[in-house]
This record gives sequence, C-alpha cells and structure tokens, in this order.
Amino acid sequence: MSHRSDRTLDVRSLARVEGEGAMHVRVSGDAVEDVRLDIYEPPRFFEAMLRGRRHTEPPDITARICGICPVAYQMSACNAIEDACGVTVDPAVADLRRLLYCGEWIESHTLHIYLLHAPDFLGYPSALDMAKDRRDLVERGLAMKKAGNEIVEVLGGRAIHPVNIRVGGFYRTPSPRELAPLRDKLRVALDQALDTVRWVAGFDFPDFHHNHELLALVAPGRYAIESGTVATTAGLTFDVRHFEDHIVEEQVPHSTALHALHARLAGRSRYAVGPAARYTLNRQWLSPLALEAATAAGLGADCRNPYRSILVRAVETVYALDEAIRLIDRYEPPARPFVEVPPRAAVGYGATEAPRGILFHRYGLDADGLITSARIVPPTSQNQASIEDDLRRFVSGRLDLDDEQLTWQCEQAIRNYDPCISCSTHFLDLTVERR
Amino acid sequence: MVTLAVWKFASCDGCQLSLLDCEDELLAVAARVRIAHFLEASRRVEPGPYDVSLVEGSITTAQDAERIRRVREMSRTLVTIGACATAGGVQALRNFADVDEFRSVVYARPEYVSTLATSTPIAAHVDVDYELHGCPIDRWQLLEVITALLVGRRPNIPAHSVCFECKQRGNVCVVVAHGTPCLGPVTHAGCAALCPAYQRGCYGCFGPMETPNAAAQAGLLRATGMSEADVVRAYRTFNAAAPAFIELSRVTVGPPPGAGPRDAGREET
Repeated sequence: MSHRSDRTLDVRSLARVEGEGAMHVRVSGDAVEDVRLDIYEPPRFFEAMLRGRRHTEPPDITARICGICPVAYQMSACNAIEDACGVTVDPAVADLRRLLYCGEWIESHTLHIYLLHAPDFLGYPSALDMAKDRRDLVERGLAMKKAGNEIVEVLGGRAIHPVNIRVGGFYRTPSPRELAPLRDKLRVALDQALDTVRWVAGFDFPDFHHNHELLALVAPGRYAIESGTVATTAGLTFDVRHFEDHIVEEQVPHSTALHALHARLAGRSRYAVGPAARYTLNRQWLSPLALEAATAAGLGADCRNPYRSILVRAVETVYALDEAIRLIDRYEPPARPFVEVPPRAAVGYGATEAPRGILFHRYGLDADGLITSARIVPPTSQNQASIEDDLRRFVSGRLDLDDEQLTWQCEQAIRNYDPCISCSTHFLDLTVERR
Repeated sequence: MVTLAVWKFASCDGCQLSLLDCEDELLAVAARVRIAHFLEASRRVEPGPYDVSLVEGSITTAQDAERIRRVREMSRTLVTIGACATAGGVQALRNFADVDEFRSVVYARPEYVSTLATSTPIAAHVDVDYELHGCPIDRWQLLEVITALLVGRRPNIPAHSVCFECKQRGNVCVVVAHGTPCLGPVTHAGCAALCPAYQRGCYGCFGPMETPNAAAQAGLLRATGMSEADVVRAYRTFNAAAPAFIELSRVTVGPPPGAGPRDAGREET
C-alpha cells in the first residue's frame, strides 16, 4: 500500500473540527497533483436572511453561525452596527466586552488544545481515550474550559449564544460582587494555563515552516481582541472599513463540495489569520506573565510553524486569564448598562479577533434601522488557501508514509488551524488519491 | 455498554458542544456510555447500530434527507437536540423567502451551491423518539435525557412556559414592571427564565410551549408598543418554522378590553 506510486487519500469526515468537511489529496509518483478541502456543511444564507431585520438583531442572529465562538459574532456585529449609527460605548462597557471575549478565548482555546488537538500529538483518537491514561491532564483542560465558560455565563447568561449582549452594551451589567467569585477560579485556571504552556512546549513538533502573509488586528497598547486596525506581516495596514478593498473572496467549485470560498489579499496571494498571526503582530502587547511564558516555551518574535499554533493558543490562554483578572480587579460598573443606538441610513463596519482569527461584518441600514445588506467574512474561509498550501508541501515531504499515517498527519495539519466549518460554511472528508 | 452517536446536519455545532460543555460530568458520562460516533470529539468511528443517537441540525439538502434515514435505521433511540433539529432553526427563514434569491445574494456562483428550498426539522423526515428544545439546548436537560435513557425511564422535561420558570426563579416580570415585550408566556421552558433574569424579554429560543394562548399573547405584545412587523420578526427567529410560532405570528391583534380570547382579531401577514 505505502509503496504504490499513484494514490488517493480521502478523509470523508474530518474529525475534531467544528463543522463538517472532507479532504482530498491526489498524488502521482512523487508529485502532489491536487489538494482540496471540501466543505459539505450545508449553506445557511445568513447574509441573505439578515436583510429586513432590525439593526438591533444581528448580535443574536449572527451568534447562531457558530456555537463555538458566538461572542465573536456578537462583538463584530455590535461594532459594525454602532459604527453605522455613529455610537461609541462607555469605556467601562468596552472593558466588560473585552472581559466577556477573554472568557470565549479561554473556553475555545482550551477546547481546541485539550479536546481537539493534543490527542494528535500524543497519539490518541480523542481526549476521552487520552483520559483513560492521563485523566489528570484532561481534567485540567476541562477545569480551564469551565473557568472561561463561567466568565461568559456571568456576563452573558449562558456559555453558548449568550443573551445579555445588545447593540450599545449589555441588558444588565454585573455588580462587583457578582464578578468577585470569578477571580479565585481564574487564579487557579491561570496556574493551570501556565502548566499547559510547559506541557505543550514538550510536544514533538514537525520541522515545517510556511511563508504565508499573516494578518491580524493590532491595537497599540493592548493585545488586539475586541477592536483594532488591520495589519499584515508584509507591512500592509488598513482600517477595518477598507477590509473589502483588500480582501477578495473567490468561490471555488469542488466536485463533492457544496461550495467553498477562498479569501485572498487583493493583488497579492493567500494569507493566514488566527493565533499565530495575532501573536506575530501583537507579541509586544502580551502581559509580562504571558510574554515570559512564551519566551520560556521557545516562542520567538514570530510563529511560522503551523504545528506550534497549539503553543500560541496556550500562551494566549495565559494572556486571556491574566487580562480577565486585571479587568475584574479594576471593574467599576458603568453608569448605564447600554447607550441608545438610534438608527440612521448608513453603512457600518466591524471586526474583532475571534479565537480562530479576524471576523469581519458589514451592514447597510436604512433610516428606519432595517438592514439592507450584510456581509460576513469568517476566519476559516480566510485560512483555507493557506491550509491547502501547507498540505501540499507537507504531503510532498512525507510520501513514504503509509496511507493511514499520512492521513492522520494531514488531519493534524488541518487541525493546526482549528478550522471552524460551521463558521465558514465554506469547508472537510480527507481523500488522498495516489496514482 | 450503551452506545452513543452524535450527528450533525445544518447547524452551528452549539448543541453538540453542550455535551463537551458538561465539564464536570463529561468523563463520568464517558465511563457509562460508549461514545461510538462523535466526530467533533473523536476520529475513531465505530459502525452502527447505536443505542442512542443525538441529532443536531435541520435538513436542507437532498443528501441530508437521505442521510437522516440511514441514521434512523442505525439508531434504536433517536433524540433531536436543539431548535434546528426540532423546528428547522434560524435557517428556516428561507421557508418564508425565495431560496434562489438567497443563494444569489450570498454566493457569486450560486450554481455551485445545492440546497433545498426549505429547512425542515428531523421529525418531518423520520420518526423521532424524543425532542430537546432550545437554541442552544440546556446542558442539564441533555444530561437528564442521557441519564433517563441509561436507566430506562421517561426524561423529566417540563413542557410549560417560561413564565413558570420566572416565578420559580423569583424574577420580576419584565412586562409588568418595565413594559418590555416578552415571548415568555408562549415559550417552552428549559432555560430557567434566563433573559428576564438579565432584564431582557424572552426571545423565544426554546420554541413554542404546548398550548400557547395566541390572542392573549398578541394583546400583550401590542400593549408594549410592538408593530405588526415587529411581532412577525419576533416569532421568525430561531424557531421560525415551528407551526405554533407561525400561527402566533399571524395573530397580531389582541382582544379589546373585557373581551374573551374568541373575540380576538386575526390578521394575515
């Protein structure tokens, strides 16, 4: 099997990713002829059904694009609508949003590190199998995940599709006494997160590097999460409102795929978003504790080995916990939980750093506040060209592996990007075809 | 050991994530049931049949309409989890629109995208043994269903309205106290009256309760100042295709003062 020169690898249902997709690799001799990520997640048409809705509705409606990162959708939607209506929220409300977002980063990153990605590095089919040998590790991951979810539950009401977020702020803001009990739990989780960085730093990372342009929000003075301007490692910078001038989505027909959208930088090429991009462009704004953990773990000025993205997620988890504790310590309830957001005929743009990378929203409103147009660009469709490029190069160097090994390693390469297929609707089943 | 399978159709992954969000119970559940098919959590897939299948998502493609039949054949007990699987989900808003137009709005090459004109719940295609409501489901209800199936009893999931849960939680009624529009009187319990606890009106994410009083609810919503279009939008969200919510969205005028529910006006929208 492993010595056939022409072969096809097919993963019909990629596991441990969010959503449904497949992968197809066709090899002829020692050349990789074709690499495809197919998305068979059915389309749900959010951009179409948002038209005619009130300007107050996108935070709740777009949250339903993704159950893993609903806060990201709510925050990008709020930013875009508030931009359209010319409203700025109170600084204390902005801080609470950042705290809420830290909760989602902790929950989502820990889910990916412990339940989705670490089993690849340690040779288990799942974290539940890993728990049979190393229950302590899985329990640690679940405890950290719970700490992140508790932030979202206190501020948002529930961890999945939180109910307390509205355009202009929150329905109700917590009293300091409601936030205080979180602090001790986050302290414990912070120690666990530091242990996680040390644990993950010991994984065996394949020697593999890419040269993708990396793109993320930057917000001088703080690690970009809930706002910022766009920057890339090639020196391109632009305001969020010019996102669509620089990012081009192309639809790619794949034989078995319903649809796939590839994003590229206009006049340039593929690019990658997510933790590694964020870290490379924002490293200097990490908290001293997170920076120290990154340095001790061997992370330098940038991260171009996609396998080490799990290490960056661990460092970002330390940061998010550290930042959440800081925000709770200085918390004073805002004078009012929200500001009124009277509608006007305008177009608004918003972007935030979802756990998987930049998430862009744009809405057109009429004078009554009804939505006339909507556009949403999620992280995974932006990463798809880069994932395929990684796979092409990765497979080329490992054709001596048998199909089973090669398939698993390709899956791992895909999981480096923590692809969220539900989000992109634009996504994986590995097929490696050798001939 | 009881075998468990988790399946995904058109959805956001949030309801199956609820299982992984049982951080304190997940390993205990995994010790009592054999998780035989759960792609979000494991790359090892065991062949069916399965004792229990949890099904997330709605049917929006011809392939999925076929796939759910195969899942049914392989499953002794089939439980739908969440608003998509039980009521078509937010993607059922297409049922009230022209799906070809939707497709051309979102995709530059709509011909690459194959989809059905409607989003339908699982029960429209196969027999369903138990339905869990919510967008997302409540993880305690999920644990209750798994526990009940393990010990062979009926799950204890109340079908009354969110109003009951508000009283249980000790919430102040947001309609009475603040005049805030609220779907609580017609919405299925299960969230523990979350939105009113955050000073927000219920937005109906658990779908309709068993026997909603349409006219009384219409009067209540109009009294808070909602327009007819607002009322329609309020029902057309995450359980848009639930028959009771379709019916409620048509009853937009409440009874005049002193009249019984039978006198309620009725308007098609």
